[in-house]
Order: sequence, then C-alpha cells, then structure tokens
Amino acid sequence: MNLHSTLLDKLWDAHEVLRREDGTSLLWVDRHLVHEGSHHAFAKLKSRGMPVAQPALTFGVVDHYAPTRAGDAAADIRKMIRTLGENAAETGIRLFDLHDPEQGIVHVVGPEQGLTLPGLLINCGDSHTSTHGAFGALAFGVGATEVAHILATQTIWQKRPKSMRITFDGQCAAGVTAKDMALHWIAALGADGAQGYAVEYAGTAVAALSMEGRLTLCNLSIEGGARMGLVAPDDVTFDYIKGRPFAPTGAAWEAAVADWRMLRSGRESTFAREVIFDAKKIAPTVTWGTSPEEALPITAKVPVPDQLGGKADHARASLDYMGLTAGMPLTDVKVDQVFIGSCTNGRIEDLRMAAAVLRGRKAVVPGLISPGSAQVKKQAENEGLAQVFTQAGLEWAASGCSMCVGMNGDLVDAGKRCASSTNRNFKGRQGRGARTHLMSPAMVAAAAVTGHLADVRPLLEGRT
Amino acid sequence: MSGWTQISGSAVALPDANIDTDQLIPARFMSQSRADGYGGFLLHDVREGTPAHPLNYHTPKVLVTGRNFGSGSSREAAVYALVDFGIRAVFAPSFGDIFAGNAVNNGLLAAQVDQATIETLLAHLGNGAEQAHVDLSTSRASIAGIEVRFALNPVHARKLINGWDDIDLTAQHADEINAFCAARHAAHSWAMPAT
Repeated sequence: MNLHSTLLDKLWDAHEVLRREDGTSLLWVDRHLVHEGSHHAFAKLKSRGMPVAQPALTFGVVDHYAPTRAGDAAADIRKMIRTLGENAAETGIRLFDLHDPEQGIVHVVGPEQGLTLPGLLINCGDSHTSTHGAFGALAFGVGATEVAHILATQTIWQKRPKSMRITFDGQCAAGVTAKDMALHWIAALGADGAQGYAVEYAGTAVAALSMEGRLTLCNLSIEGGARMGLVAPDDVTFDYIKGRPFAPTGAAWEAAVADWRMLRSGRESTFAREVIFDAKKIAPTVTWGTSPEEALPITAKVPVPDQLGGKADHARASLDYMGLTAGMPLTDVKVDQVFIGSCTNGRIEDLRMAAAVLRGRKAVVPGLISPGSAQVKKQAENEGLAQVFTQAGLEWAASGCSMCVGMNGDLVDAGKRCASSTNRNFKGRQGRGARTHLMSPAMVAAAAVTGHLADVRPLLEGRT
Repeated sequence: MSGWTQISGSAVALPDANIDTDQLIPARFMSQSRADGYGGFLLHDVREGTPAHPLNYHTPKVLVTGRNFGSGSSREAAVYALVDFGIRAVFAPSFGDIFAGNAVNNGLLAAQVDQATIETLLAHLGNGAEQAHVDLSTSRASIAGIEVRFALNPVHARKLINGWDDIDLTAQHADEINAFCAARHAAHSWAMPAT
C-alpha cells in the first residue's frame, strides 16, 4: 500500500481512462443518477440520435418536482415528472418514479438502495452529489451538457482537484451535529474556501459520526466551494451497506470489503491544504445571512457590518434582505415557520433528533416535515416519529426536495422567515423574498417550540 | 453552438460577491423550454426588485463581478440565461466550479482575474456601461480602457473558439473506454449493481 497516496489519488487513479495534454482526465463513471432536471440532457442526446451507453449503470429518481402534499400538482410540474418517465422508458433505465415505494431524494435513495458504494465514481446533475463521498466514493455534481456526455459515453472529463484535509479532533458536545460541523468550517473558510479542492474529512469526531452524519457533512462540501467531499470507509460504512438491494453479496461482498479497506489516505500522505478544528468548541450553529458562510454559534449576536472589513457590503445587503438588526442576539430572531427535510438532513437519524426535541411539546409556529425518501417515511411512521411531529402540530408530508428549493410548489412566502434543515440560505431559494436560516434538524425543532432561533441544548436535557 | 474568438460590446459591473445560480435563474423558470430563450429569466427577481439594476438598462456582452460567481446549484440554466441575454464573458476573482465547467460548454468565457484588477474595473465601470473587447487568441481584454490579461486553459480556448462539444472529442477514444470498462468489471465485479 502506497503510504503517500491520498484517498482522492486512489479513487482518481482507479477511474482514469486517459489524460489529455492540459492535464484533464477522462474518468469512468460507475453510477449515473438522473432526475427531472436532466431533461435538457436527454433532449440533447435525442437530437444527436445517440443511445444511453450504459443503461444498467444509470438510475432515475423523481425528486425535485415531487409533490409532497395531497391535491393536484400544477401542469408544468406534472410535465417534468412525465418527461423523466418517458425518457427512462425510452432509454431502458431503472426509474424510482413518484409512487415507487423506494422513491426519494436522489442523494438519499442512492445510499439507501446500495447504489452508492465505496470506491465508485458517481455523477449526477446536482451539486449535492458530493453527499455520496461519505462512503469513500468519488462523487460530484455536473451540469446538463456533462449529463448528456455521461449518458452518451459513461465517462466525464475532469481536472483532478487539489487535496484538502479538514480534521475535527475531539468529540462534539451533545446537541452538536454534523450540520454544525459543516456550517462551522464553511463560516471559517468561506463559501469559496475549498474551491478547487476535494475535501477529505478526518479526525475522531468524523469517525464517530453515523453514516447519516457523514452524508450531511459531505453534502455541504459544495457550500464551501468543494465539488467533492470524502470520508474514508470503515466498519460503520460496511455495516450500513450490507444487505441493501443493489449491494454486492456473497463472494463479491468479500472481495468488495477487501478492496474498500484499502481506501484511505496513507500515513505519509500530504495534502495541498490542511485545516484542523477542535470539535468540542463547536456550538449549535445557525446562518444569519444569504450565504452559508454567514453562520455563527447560536449564542452569538447578529454581526455589525462595519466590523467585517471586506465583507461589510455583503453583510449589509444580507441584513437588509434578512430583515435583521446588527447587534441583536440571534436568539431574539423570531421565525414564522420551520422546515425539516432535504438531501442534507432528511434521513431517519435527522428525524429522530428532531423528534427528541419535539416529543411532548407543541410547535408555536407552523412547519412542514418532508422525509428524504418513502423508505424513511415508512420507518419514521413505524418508529412513532411521525406521530410526534403531528402531535406537535407540524405537517407530515411525502418525500422529495420540497421546500429546500421549492420547485414542487412547497414555498416560503415573501418576507417570511423559515428555520430550515436545508443547505442554501440564498436569496429567493425557498421562494421569492423568503428568509432562510440554516441549522440542524434538532435546532429547527427548538425554533419550532420556542418561535425563535434557540439553543437546542437546554431542550435536550434529560432526553437523549 | 457557434464559437467565437473576439467580441466587442459593452461591459457592466455587478459588484456583489456570491451571486449564486439561484439568483441567476430562480428555480421556478427551469421547467421552461430553452427554445423560447432564457434571457428574460437572468437575475429576474433581483432586477425586478432593483429598478436601477444595470441589466435593466444595458445589454452588455461582458460582466465584471465579485468573488464566487455562479456558486451553488449545478443548474446549467444559469449559463443559458447569461448566454441568451447576450453575455459572452464574465470576469471575476473566482467562480463556482460547476458553473465554470458549464460556461465553457456553452460558449461563455468565465475569466478568473485577481481581486485587485476586479476592484479597479468595478471602480471604472460604476453603474454605467463601458466599451469592452475580449480576445481569446491572446487571453487579453480591454475593459473601460483598462488592459486585462486572463488565464485560459488551451483546451477550453479551443472549445470556445470552435464551439466544440466534448462528445465529439470523446468519441475518438471509444476503444480505450471499452477496454477500461471491461478491465474494471473483470477486476472489481462488485462495481456493477447487484440486481
């Protein structure tokens, strides 16, 4: 085993078909995931009269436009879903359609079905494809032209990114989650802090995370500018995968685990950039602005732009859009509604954490909970979590991207403030004029029961 | 897609940092057919909420903007909106990685230029539109009378100039791809989906 190779190098080298003169590699794609938004790519392929090169390695999921509430969807939404169905049928790819019992958000379904495995290269026309790197897979989002290229050739041209290691030493305190770790590093390094890098997450606090936590951490890599996030696979990974529908079995399983155990950076590996954080110093974290880098511990105050140097103008614009006063305590920020779900925090463990806060309590603001997949929905109902949410007064909906991006019509109204377990607090992301505060599902639950941004830690005392 | 080597037109400044793809094209427009053109969707909500927005008055070919332009969602529709609006080049200190890839695939130059140069350009442009000329063959531009050099990957330059598509380039490597696929699945049978 090469002691110098990083996990990134090993994954890259295993997929490199060739390299052209400018250093860009042609990489083999093991899994290609498509969704309703891939219609531009299918149209492009059709216009050139080309077939899908590897339908057996291509999987379709209805998620971005999936209706999550009863009633008729708008015509353009129905059309987007129908078009994916037609494209999947014509090209012979397996589709997790709207009413499939295994439907869900593409980055929840991949891992859940065992389509996501260590050592694979996974592409999808969605920036949060970085999520799958939690398994030690090389996974990154691509645009529509690249989706068409992968459909046509099962390969992607890509320049090898620089390697960065972000280490979280120590352990997170109770009530502090992978979401807080992610917002913490993005606030420290900036929304473009890891641009041009693949980030490998390491350290005791990362090793201690469940697969759900690792998925959250890798998911948010793109919010710090990194197209790829990675965690070296270990027994936590293998235990999660074993027995899943598309996972290897028998002799293939044994061979796979033997290969997967090699997927770690060597002791002598050097990274182009190394950053180390002390996990025990991380507090529950919330965003106050319109970029994920505008995040602070819940115990802090809304920043004063004049004290932010080069970021002052952006901060002023953020406060204006968000309707916040410089210097006010974050815990004084009242919310109008809450949302729990998305590829970032819509998995079973996320719902358990929210339920731990909500059990026996009432939400004082309305809220929507959309599980990350139909399987997560069923499990949450079997575990009694759904009842906890509805008894708290929150709406329990079907699975999809939902209010994270609002394409299916689940929107936050203009001027309304939403505590959200999602990934982007961009202007207009959850709806035109909507004000988004990003935080963990447990923190969203705390906002629901208090009506303002709140520290979840006291609400968890004696509960977990 | 048709290629280009030189463009002349006006340049406009958008001094904000972190202009993400959700702002460049709000999600609700993405179910529309490209055939009708995406130019009207460009920065739709920002422009409507800001009557004095420069793109409400000018139709530039060049934008000069702040760091982390095109960050966020991988939606190529953000590039379609820029291109359909008539924009051919964006100058910024940094770009979202996925956006930068989408740009070159659609004839849009995403030119990375150092922060100091960008600040000089932003100061000269102000709220107005100034003459600009961009030449891919020399990796030079003149914006509001200021000479700017930018780095340009030679393969990206060829793609922009010729309007090339990667699918054509990759087709030449079909034999290598097929051999790679066979070898991978022989050595790592687990890499195929089990069912």
